Amino acid sequence: MSDIRQFQTHPEVDVATESPLAYSLQRSGAPAITSTSQVILRERPCLGHLILRGGAIVLDEALREVLGLSLPSQPHGLNHDASGERSVQWLAPDEWLLIVPGGEEFSLESQLRDVLGDSHVSIVNVSGGQTVIDIEGEMARAVLMKSSHYDVHPSAFPVGKGVTTGFAKTSAILRRPSASRWELVIRRSFADYLYRWLLDAGEEYGIGVER
Amino acid sequence: MFYIYCPYCEEHREEEEFHPKGQAHLARPEDPDACSDEEWGDYLFFRNNPRGIHHEMWVHALGCRKFFNITRHTVTYEILETYKMGEQPTITAETEASRPAATASSTDDRVSTETKGAQGVQA
Ligand SMILES: [Zn+2]
Repeated sequence: MSDIRQFQTHPEVDVATESPLAYSLQRSGAPAITSTSQVILRERPCLGHLILRGGAIVLDEALREVLGLSLPSQPHGLNHDASGERSVQWLAPDEWLLIVPGGEEFSLESQLRDVLGDSHVSIVNVSGGQTVIDIEGEMARAVLMKSSHYDVHPSAFPVGKGVTTGFAKTSAILRRPSASRWELVIRRSFADYLYRWLLDAGEEYGIGVER
Repeated sequence: MFYIYCPYCEEHREEEEFHPKGQAHLARPEDPDACSDEEWGDYLFFRNNPRGIHHEMWVHALGCRKFFNITRHTVTYEILETYKMGEQPTITAETEASRPAATASSTDDRVSTETKGAQGVQA
């Protein structure tokens, strides 16, 4: 049992929640998807994001017990559970990003803390600080190539890889959960900037935003 | 542009993801109160400025955000190796001086560095 105090960011009372891109979708435009759209953007708002830090072995045991998910031990590893809705990604030798459906993160954090006890680890709920953007379509990789210096060729960036790298003159987490879909995990404070960058980069491919 | 091997990410990344952080292997004095002003001043302010092999601390700022060390040549800018914090360099001014290839041409020099498995610059 842990004596760390937690903060429930999803209170029982009904409070309106806005995703980091709520402003952008209204004010920066959201081009419709047409038959000629070769790139499609989609925000996956208000998911639960937890940063796990500590030793790989103790965190791996706890995560297996609570979620049945194993911690990627190799750099740039990205593991999903069977449903594909929960993922854990290597960020650094002692740091992982856990993303779960919105609302699950509070109870998940409690369960992890119960299992971890007094282990020397840190769990931080960063759900409000970042958001996920899906990028799909036949020209999705072209948009990424215009935006990042990282090599996104399939031979260098297989499915199940995720990296933190330079993206559009800032930094972002770029992940490849499936052969056809890419994910960007971006900061809330950079969300509008990156969203508009992506719209601009995708304009020539008829980029459309799914809402 | 350099293509720098991060020993934590275990792959080469673009130079713009990294920041240099100055001379490596600076140990903070165990007991600052017991230091003379000269010892403390040396620790705080004085750095080596060698012509040749230099060990530097860098940070992979846009990637894993870990600090690591680079052995770099201050004349050719060649990165000879990168290694994790807490590790010691395999290439130093002494090993370079005693290396037989040091007397050969610069082309041979480069080859011998690469065959050593040094994880520095790639093209
Ligand atoms: Zn790194």
